[in-house]
Order: sequence, then C-alpha cells, then structure tokens
Amino acid sequence: MFRLEARTSTPAWFNLALPLLAIGATLVLCSGLIALAGAGVIEAYGVMFAASLGDSYAITETLVRATPMIFTGLAVAVAFRAKFWNIGAEGQLLAGAVASCAVGAIAMPGPLAMLLMALAGAAAGAAVALLPATLRVKFKVDDVVSSLLLNSVIFYALMALIEGPWKDSFSGYPISPPIEDSANFPVLLEGTRLHLGVVAAFVAAPVIWFLIARTTLGFRIRVIGENPEAARYGGIHVERVLISTALLSGALAGLAGVGEVGGVHFQVMSDISPGYGYSGIVVAMLARLNPLGVVPAALFLAAVMTGAEAMSRATGVPAFLSEVIQGTALLAMLVALLFTAYRIRRVGAAP
Amino acid sequence: MPAPLIEMRGISKSFGAVVANEAVDLSVAPGEILGLLGENGAGKTTLMNVLFGAYAPDAGEILVQGRPVTINSSADALAAGIGMVHQHFHLAPRLSVLENLLIGIPGKSGRIDRAGGLARLREIGRQHGLTLDPDLPVSALSIGEQQRLEIVKALFRGARLLILDEPTAVLAPTEVDGLFSALRSMAAQGLGIIFISHKLNEVRALTHRCVVLRHGRVTGRVDTPASTTSSDMARLMCGHEIVPPARGPSTPGAPVLILDGISTSRHSGMALRDVSLSVRAGEILGIAGVSGNGQRALAEVISGVLAPDAGRMTIAGKMVSRFSPRGVQALGLGRIPEDRMTTGVVTNLPLADSMVLPRIGTAAFSRNGLLRPDAIRAFAEAQIKAYDIRCPGPMTRAGALSGGNLQKALLARELAFDPKVLIVSQPTRGLDIGAARFIHEKFLDMRARGCGIIVIGEDLEELLMLCDRIAVMYEGRIVGTLDSAAATVARLGLMMTGAEGHG
Ligand SMILES: Nc1ncnc2c1ncn2[C@@H]1O[C@H](COP(=O)(O)OP(=O)(O)OP(=O)(O)O)[C@@H](O)[C@H]1O
Ligand SMILES: [Mg+2]
Repeated sequence: MFRLEARTSTPAWFNLALPLLAIGATLVLCSGLIALAGAGVIEAYGVMFAASLGDSYAITETLVRATPMIFTGLAVAVAFRAKFWNIGAEGQLLAGAVASCAVGAIAMPGPLAMLLMALAGAAAGAAVALLPATLRVKFKVDDVVSSLLLNSVIFYALMALIEGPWKDSFSGYPISPPIEDSANFPVLLEGTRLHLGVVAAFVAAPVIWFLIARTTLGFRIRVIGENPEAARYGGIHVERVLISTALLSGALAGLAGVGEVGGVHFQVMSDISPGYGYSGIVVAMLARLNPLGVVPAALFLAAVMTGAEAMSRATGVPAFLSEVIQGTALLAMLVALLFTAYRIRRVGAAP
Repeated sequence: MPAPLIEMRGISKSFGAVVANEAVDLSVAPGEILGLLGENGAGKTTLMNVLFGAYAPDAGEILVQGRPVTINSSADALAAGIGMVHQHFHLAPRLSVLENLLIGIPGKSGRIDRAGGLARLREIGRQHGLTLDPDLPVSALSIGEQQRLEIVKALFRGARLLILDEPTAVLAPTEVDGLFSALRSMAAQGLGIIFISHKLNEVRALTHRCVVLRHGRVTGRVDTPASTTSSDMARLMCGHEIVPPARGPSTPGAPVLILDGISTSRHSGMALRDVSLSVRAGEILGIAGVSGNGQRALAEVISGVLAPDAGRMTIAGKMVSRFSPRGVQALGLGRIPEDRMTTGVVTNLPLADSMVLPRIGTAAFSRNGLLRPDAIRAFAEAQIKAYDIRCPGPMTRAGALSGGNLQKALLARELAFDPKVLIVSQPTRGLDIGAARFIHEKFLDMRARGCGIIVIGEDLEELLMLCDRIAVMYEGRIVGTLDSAAATVARLGLMMTGAEGHG
C-alpha cells in the first residue's frame, strides 16, 4: 500500500526536475494518441521537433509564437502570486490587440506609434482586468468566474467591431483595417518573422522577476497571496495591492495582444489568438509562478504548437494534438506539484 | 495494575535531521490518565501522531491490549479504539453537531441513522456531562463547545483511549473545570486518557502518572504527580530549575496610551462599550476576562485594525486621527497578536519576510520601493541570534518553527523598534515554562525601559505575576481595575463573571 506523507522540506532541484518530469510524462501519455491516430510515434515527434527547433527558421517561428505566451504567462504568474485568480488573460489580450490596432492605424512617426500602441494595449488589458478585481474587492464576487466570463464578452465585442464598423468594406471579410506600415514592428532577422516584440518579451520576464522578488510591491503581492490577514495586520492595504496586481497582470496580457498586432498580423481578426490567454495559465503553472521560468515554459508550448501543425501535415495526426498536449502538461504539472508538498511512502501491510 | 490498554515500544521518528522521538516507551492502563510533558519541540505531538496513524514510525511497535497492530491512518487508529483531539479542530463548520458526529459513520443500509446518533449523543452527554445541542451548526459553537464535540466524536466512534493535545490552551479557567470532570468520569468508566499540557498545576491535579519527554527521549516518569512539586517537574522537562521572574517596583511615567470612551459596533465578537483606560510608561496593565467579552475588539482598536465609532485614542501624547495599523505603528505601537499563525506570520514564506512585514515600507528595509535584501537578511539573522530563535536560518519557512520560537520571532520584530506601547494577547499560550519565562523577562525589561505594556490574558496567575494593575472586561466594558497588590485570583474571577461592579 502507498500513502502520501507531508514533506518537511522541498529540495531545490525539484524546481527544475518537476517541469521536466511533467513534460516527459506528457509526451509519453500523448504518444498513445499518436499511435491511435495511426502514425509512428518516433516519426511524429521527430517531425514536431524538426519543425519547431530543427533549423534556425523553425527556431525563430517558435520564438515568435512563444512571445504572446510569455506575456500571458507573466500576467497569470503575477496574478496567481497574489491569489488573484485571473483566468481572463485571453480577454485582456484581445482588448490590448484592439486598442493597439486602433492606435496603429493613425498616421504618425513609427517609433511614436509603436510606443503609443504598447501603452494603449497595456492600458486596455489593465482596464479589463480591473473589473473582476474591483468586483472582488468591493462585492466579494468570485474572480475566477468574473474574469473567465469577461473573455466571452470581450471576444464578442471584438467580433461586433470587425463585423461592424471595422469590417473591410472592400473584401467584406471580418477583419480590421491594417495598421500603418510605419507602425509595423521592425523585423530583427531578414527573412523571418522575428520582431521587436520578441525581444520585449524576453526583457519583460527578468523585469517582472525583479519586481516580484526585489520591490516592496512584489513583497506585498507575495504576502497578500499567502496570508491576507497577516498582511492587513502588518499595515498592507490588501485591496489596494490586489488592484495593483490586477492592473499589472492585465497590462502584461494586453501587451501580448500588442505584439500580435504590431509584429505578426498587423490587424485584428477573430482568430488573432488561438487561446494564448489560456495557454498562459499552463505556462505559469509549468513555471511554478516564477517569472523566469515562464520563458522556457512558453518556449515548450510554442514548440508543441508549431511542431503539431507540421506533424499534422506530414502524418495526418490531427493538429488538435497540440491542445491535448497542453492540457496534459497542465495536469501532469499539477500532479507533479503535489510532490513538492508530499512524498509517497510505502507502508507495509503487516508489522 | 491492569494490563495496558495500549503500549508503545521503542518508538523513533525523525524528520530529516531532526530527531523528534527516540526509543520512546509508553503505556496507558484502562482507567488511567497519563500526562505527557515536555518543552516545546520535545516531540509530544509527533509521538501522538504516530499513535494516531498520521506518521509511520521509523522504528518501534504499538500494541493494543497486548496485540501488536499497525496504524497507518486515523481510520486504523479509530478501529483500534484510539481517538485524538488535536489542537486545531477538524470539524465541518456549516454542518450541525449531529451531522459532524455522523460524518463517515456507515449507517443502516446506506442511510444515515439520525435517531440512533441522537440517542448516543444524549447518552454520552449524560454520562460525562458533555451536553451539546445536536442541531446547532458548528460555526455557532464556542471553542470550548467545539472541543467537547471533538471528544464526543471520539467516544461516538468507540474510542477506548483518548488523546488530548493541549486541550486547555484554548479554554477559559471555568471551562477547564468542566473538561476535567468529564475526563475523570471517562477514566472512571475504564477509558485511558493521554493529556498533554504545559501547565504543571493542571497536570498535577488531573493525571495519575506522567511521562516527561526531552529532545525526543523519555527523561522522566512521575508516578504521583499530585505530590510532586511543579519545580521538580520543571527540572525534569528543562534540565534545570525555572524560577518565575520577580517584578520589582517601578516608577511609572506619563501615560503613553489613553483610551477615552471608545465604543465600537458591528464586530464579529463582542463590541466595546464606552471603554476608557490608560497605560503609563513603565507600567504593565493586564486585561482579564473570559474570552469573548470584547478583548478582541479592544486589541483590534489599539492595533489600528478596527476604527471605533466613538471615543478617542492617544498614543504617546498624539491623538490617533486615522485608524490604520501603519498609523498607530508610526506613533510607537508594537503588537504581539493572539493568533501567531493567522495574523502574525506568513507561514509559507521565509521567516525573514514575516520579521520585516510590518515595517517593509520603512527606510530600514526598503528604499524608493526597492527592497534591501541584505538589510532584511541581516536584521533577521541578528534577531535570530539575539533571541535564540531555533531554526536553520532566516530563509526557513516560518511555518516550520515551533510555537515558542515563532513567539520569540514576533517579539523580536516588535521590540527591535523600541515601541512606546506594546499590546500583547495571550503571550505565552502554548509555550513551555522556559519559553514563557523568557517572554515574561522581556516584558519586564521593556517595562524597566519605560515601555507601557497591555497584556490581554485569561491566565490570572500570569497576569498577577506580570502586571502592575489589572482591568477586568465583561460584556464589552471595563468593570473595574485593581492594583495587582490588592488583586487575588478569587476576586478577579468574581469580577470576570460581572458579579462585582467596581473593584
Ligand atoms: N512535519 C514536521 N516536519 C519537520 N519537523 C517537524 C514536523 N513536525 C514536528 N517537527 C519537529 O519535530 C520536533 C518535535 O515537534 P513536536 O511538534 O512533536 O513537539 P511538541 O513536543 O508537540 O512541541 P509543542 O509543545 O510546541 O507542541 C520539533 O523539533 C519540530 O520542529
Ligand atoms: Mg505539540
């Protein structure tokens, strides 16, 4: 018989080993599905690997795809640290995309446009996140539910916009007008899609890490997440810190949308985000809410996404596998997290 | 002597490098009340958790009525007739008393046997004086009643041995009497009882025999607690004598804390009604009273967490205009909370974080919004050293510290900033006599240095030893204040029931 026993301490190497273990378990579990779809497991994973990390172009594609998930992953990590359950990164991303697209469509010098797009996108994301946070602080409304439901509200607002006032009157497609060419984020490597936003994401992660680990705001975020009562007695305005956290989280998610508009799509359409906001939750969990861990976690999911498309073309395994892998990775990580707090102990049946 | 009900032989249990129990032998006979004594961290709770199946022992065996058994879970323990009342109760707050009793009990053919449960509840209540209203939700019960429910729950499940881990730490003195008569009545019916407490007079009054643990080993067995002196027992526990500190005369200065006509409303506990009091520099004022008579509201007002509806408060000559924890702290107030784990420290973060929490925004620990990690660490390390806080270091999870060490850490974090006024609730609850003595000494030191201290407590002997004056609270009011020279336990006890108007 086995039973769980509380751990007295968690070894440091767990932080690295657990996500790797979770990823390993995920790949093993999903290989069953690949086999079921009638493809060779080794071959399928081989194609996935080649398409996502096999050559320099593939790597840049993975980097580009990781960028929005780094931002949403950071958004979720920051929020979850404070136990502000922001499931709304998807909606905040969309809001950021719409706002930055509106700003980017105005003619002005490129650098100024990019700066204003980023500000507008961050502000829009923050505004969306403010709503569930305010509802929670003022009326004790559950933030999981309100932030989640808000995603649909924002999505349909976006649809109304691109089916209505923004609709391309020329082609009739529900897509927004493009942003000005001068507002397109510069490409860093000729012949690839590696844009300025990618660099911004890689800079954002250590900045957010610093904010959480080394600033008084970060200290307060950590403390209100772990014990709001002790925080309150210690003179921390719990509600105020929660609102600040929500604004920061929403702004980060909004920036994910800015990157997609300014660096990848240059306009807004209904499928601008294939669920990057939700993937952010997986990323943050895989990273154990550590902002620095968000980068490798996002890279992993991005590799899975780009790889899965190629695999689907080459082997006929449905590309949905990418989502299955994400879901499985989240579950595997949640199980793995259990082992930071508990260990399995074998107990004998007889004395 | 009858054959033992249960026997533990050579039990050892370690947590990493910490040896919590080492080769412990212990037995309880039917009808026997066994006291389990020892300093904080001596391994009492661990030993009982082994017996109750929460931890598997590294070595040793457990015998129930002479037969070796393996106890891997609380279900196994209950099946073997072992029941335990933990310090933190395990009750479902929204369910009623009866429903809590019936949780996990297989009823007749899959249905819950309410009538049978009710009858058993009445019977147990009658036998041992443990009466409870079966329909009340647990959330409406007092702490004492919840404890009673835990005891009834264990009996209900057929416990022949009942373990009580510091049951009296949460009880008012009058409730302790009720508990003791129930325990005696159970023992008279042949149940075995293991009773853990740091209060030696209780142990001497209740138990038939004592086992003393020290650093995980049995260091003494006392066969006649009633005729062994408390100081002898203390020596067995700590290895040396513990003399209570002497409170010398003091010359109080000007008032450092004045409450003038403070009233509150809308408080989850008892509200305050027109409370006026003052504490002078170099004086210790005790607040006695049965808990739930407004002490919590009083502590919250003084700590700045609760703004009063009426009245004024002055700290060190300055009127408090905005009630906030930071505001009163800036005026020189220090606070040691009643509930260390919930309002004191952040158990999942490093100890150092909890030690700087109330002052994180000050220049000592941050500048322009940036933390000063070196300063934080150095502060925590210095306090750990100065107060002999037993822990691997400042980055240890605060929750891993024992109660006594946590209390020292909280004391250190407040005293480091030389408060002018200190408000303290139940300062030595759950602490062993050595740790309690240390805390008392610190208070007397602070008093000598001109700090005004308010001690809210239920332990009258402790208040009489520490305080210069004692005010008694009853139903949200101060019903009287006595000079401690004129106060006695009996007189205070009477005032606490609201019997006497002014002292
Ligand atoms: N789950 C645990 N993980 C690590 N160490 C533990 C754990 N439980 C107890 N310890 C350690 O084992 C020792 C014994 O602890 P235990 O709780 O049994 O003491 P105790 O005698 O009940 O003390 P107290 O009087 O403070 O309740 C202590 O050093 C404690 O820090
Ligand atoms: Mg204990």
